[in-house]
Amino acid sequence: MTPSDAGPAVRLDHVSKAFASRTVLDGVSFEIEKGKAFCLLGRSGTGKSVTLRHIVGLVQPDRGKVFVEGRDITPLRGRELAEVRKHMGFLFQNSALFDSMSVGDNVAFPMRRHTDWPESEIRERAQQKLAAVGLEKDFDKMPADLSGGMKKRAGLARAMALDPAILLVDEPSAGLDPITAGEIDDLLLETKRGGTTLAVVTHNIPSARVIGDDFGMLHEGKLLARGSLQDLDASEEPLIRAFMRSHGGG
Amino acid sequence: MQLLSTVDRAGAGVLHLLESTGAMASFGGRALVEAFRPPYEPGEIVRHIYSFGYRSAPLVGTAGLAIGVVLSMHTRASLERFGAEAMIPAGLAIAMIRETGPLTAALLVSGRVGAGIGAELGAMKVSEQIDALEANAVDAFKYLAVTRIIALMIVMPLLTILMDFAGILGGYLAEVAVSGMSWRMYFERAFTYIAYSDLVPATLKTVVFGFLIAGAASYLGFTTSRGTEGVGEASTRSVVLSSMLIILGDVILVKLIFFFYPPVAG
Repeated sequence: MTPSDAGPAVRLDHVSKAFASRTVLDGVSFEIEKGKAFCLLGRSGTGKSVTLRHIVGLVQPDRGKVFVEGRDITPLRGRELAEVRKHMGFLFQNSALFDSMSVGDNVAFPMRRHTDWPESEIRERAQQKLAAVGLEKDFDKMPADLSGGMKKRAGLARAMALDPAILLVDEPSAGLDPITAGEIDDLLLETKRGGTTLAVVTHNIPSARVIGDDFGMLHEGKLLARGSLQDLDASEEPLIRAFMRSHGGG
Repeated sequence: MQLLSTVDRAGAGVLHLLESTGAMASFGGRALVEAFRPPYEPGEIVRHIYSFGYRSAPLVGTAGLAIGVVLSMHTRASLERFGAEAMIPAGLAIAMIRETGPLTAALLVSGRVGAGIGAELGAMKVSEQIDALEANAVDAFKYLAVTRIIALMIVMPLLTILMDFAGILGGYLAEVAVSGMSWRMYFERAFTYIAYSDLVPATLKTVVFGFLIAGAASYLGFTTSRGTEGVGEASTRSVVLSSMLIILGDVILVKLIFFFYPPVAG
């Protein structure tokens, strides 16, 4: 990986993807500037999560290219792709914590895999990451013992374990109460202030207004709109207007 | 028209079977290749060896003991007719070591471990934990499937030896209850006719059984879909498929063993 200092952190160039006969993404292009938070909006099933999965290389496009820190990751596989992924963190919609490991071991997992830090340091850092999301007392708990909001926070701590340059977040407030959702938003904001680039998939507009610098709206596999909060608020497109006026989600 | 529809369905079924067989063979082949490439994940392999071996040992040992008792009773009933009771220990030991031990141990492990692998990996698949591993720059195939396959290939011969020993012990217990034969005499008679070619190939063939069980179960776990229903199905199909593969594989392996070590009378 040779990260490029200039240019966007992430760039999708006319990405198309179909599963069987269903087209999920149809020529989607956008860029995410370094250190900015890009919120990808849209109704359920419009391909938002699939877009995030393209960025981390979990899904390969049928057509088009995906660039991460200036490098085309589309043809990468195996170790080369793994090297790119070490620069990214991914918070899954359902957290996807490893249920055979404790919460602390989940957070320590990326450190144990990708660093040569001594075990004592790894435990200390994992403890710090958990403290940052308010779970400092839950190091030894198993994921099954956590509530949905706690799982989400633990997932965020794991995604942040190696202080990634790019953080991908899939529906951070889905299924959470407004207070917990607000706490997650605050954590993401703090992460962004630390210089991390965020790509956030959400249909929670109030949350997106807090986190986002830049916005895109997916509809039926196409990028219906792209711009700042003001651009989307001023849009005449009925779907965008309806979306931006909503107060709920998640 | 109805005939055409039936032919269509049969054709689609055959194509699906061929496609699945090819995908599974490719999965197994990739596992064999990846086993020789770093990183070797020794920690995970040791963890699985402990998990598969330690947790299966009580089942295999108990089953072996019971099978030994039953085999001894059947062998006695048969050999008594010819006045050859003295051959009971040898007959039982040969049957146990050559075929009954390896095959029964493999079938038990397919139920105990194969179902577990299918369910565990299936649950990880549907809960996105496999994707989470990949997103964390870890080769999930290697970390989850290859380590389990290697571990079971190591564990199977050990469990088979346990099964053989427990079976012979069960045979002794049954024999001592009927004839009061001494421990030393029983074992001398049991092992008099056991040759290297009886013990080693039959035990080592279970390495292949271990590969078949863990390979089939891992494949079904990795290809799980449809949520919890799919997880249950992966678990059940792991047992069915690996049992079938063990039995079919055994036919080929026995033929191969007889080719390299032809059975000799006396």
